[in-house]
Amino acid sequence: MKDHYELVILGGGPAGLSAGLYAARARLDHVLIEKGAPGGQVLLTDWVDNYPGFPEGLTGFDLVEKMTEHAKRFDLNIELASVTRVEPNDGAPTTLHLEGGGQVSCDTLILCNGASANTLNIPGEMELRGKGVSYCGTCDAPFYRNMHVAVIGGGNTAIQEAEYLTKFASKVSVIHRREELRATKIIQEIAFANPKIEFIWNNTVTSIEGEKEVEHLNLLARDGTTSTLAVQGVFILIGVTPNNDGLPLQLLQADKWGFIPINKESQTALPGIMAAGDICSKEVRQIINAAGEGAVAVLAAERFLQNLKKSKFLHS
Amino acid sequence: MASEKVQQLTDAEFDAVIKSEQPTLVDFWAPWCGPCKAIGPVIEDLAVEYDGKVTIAKMNVDDNPATPGKFGIRAIPTLILFKNGQVVDQITGSVGKAQLVALIDKAN
Repeated sequence: MKDHYELVILGGGPAGLSAGLYAARARLDHVLIEKGAPGGQVLLTDWVDNYPGFPEGLTGFDLVEKMTEHAKRFDLNIELASVTRVEPNDGAPTTLHLEGGGQVSCDTLILCNGASANTLNIPGEMELRGKGVSYCGTCDAPFYRNMHVAVIGGGNTAIQEAEYLTKFASKVSVIHRREELRATKIIQEIAFANPKIEFIWNNTVTSIEGEKEVEHLNLLARDGTTSTLAVQGVFILIGVTPNNDGLPLQLLQADKWGFIPINKESQTALPGIMAAGDICSKEVRQIINAAGEGAVAVLAAERFLQNLKKSKFLHS
Repeated sequence: MASEKVQQLTDAEFDAVIKSEQPTLVDFWAPWCGPCKAIGPVIEDLAVEYDGKVTIAKMNVDDNPATPGKFGIRAIPTLILFKNGQVVDQITGSVGKAQLVALIDKAN
């Protein structure tokens, strides 16, 4: 890795890979920094059926591979590193501090850090993580062959994962705090038609119990009644929290959940810093708008760099 | 691109490897697991860094069902650190490199 780049893209999910594609094609002096293999949350998605251009649908894996391959065709530069702190310098290049020491500076930065699964923060959740408590149906479903499992949540991820789990589990109980789902209608229709899926409405889970592995859940209904549900696994799919560790949240004017607001050009409150994808403060978190924001962010970065060159020229 | 430094373990070899003098970190994974893929490059990095000090190994849970069953693995990736055949500690999920280094350092 060099000491300085015109553009640094932080994170290699769909937002970062799209930004990478546009940056590489614009021949910007760039690097995409990713702490593991590219992909982000798409790697947790068993099947993507709503990304245009793939009429048969495809796995999250395949979509990521295609996006990576596409950007690499134009010489996208990817480095394996972890950024611990982003330090804006009031107009001067932004400094990125790396894990294990070292730093990189950049004229423009695109934050594509993404988001991670929310935890419920209830008793038993941490203790039984990996022992029946999971945040990824696609990853762990095969361990629950012919078992009864629960899914907590009512959004797209929860209902799509519940459907996927029925390929392995004997029964899937979806526990939702409301009496209707937020998931896209077609996803709901498929789930309602699946005889292996049972819905437990208007209930929240208050604790997860088990000696060595998950044995049962304690539920609390909206009307105050409590009950117990015996399951061998529980999948917690209740939305996401932004990966914003080390970001200057106050200067970025992050919302109360820590997501970063952007304008139509993907610019944040800080000049030269753009954001794209699930880390942004927004209503809809889909692959398609993440990719769109990534592309728009690079165009904003290009304009910023052009203005920077002009002002340097005028002052030289 | 699989690094030659990362040892691919099977059920048959497992006991002998974890009982060897050198501590062993085993990454239980499967080809269909996204987070397993995400931490792949980090595991390869660690294998180079700890070469000669800690054995960094991977076990495909699809091909080797006995060992994951024995350790009650119900989620992947699960990374277990062994020393003298005993479990020192373990982590589940695609954690960052710093957390894996902290896990490996528990062998000392």
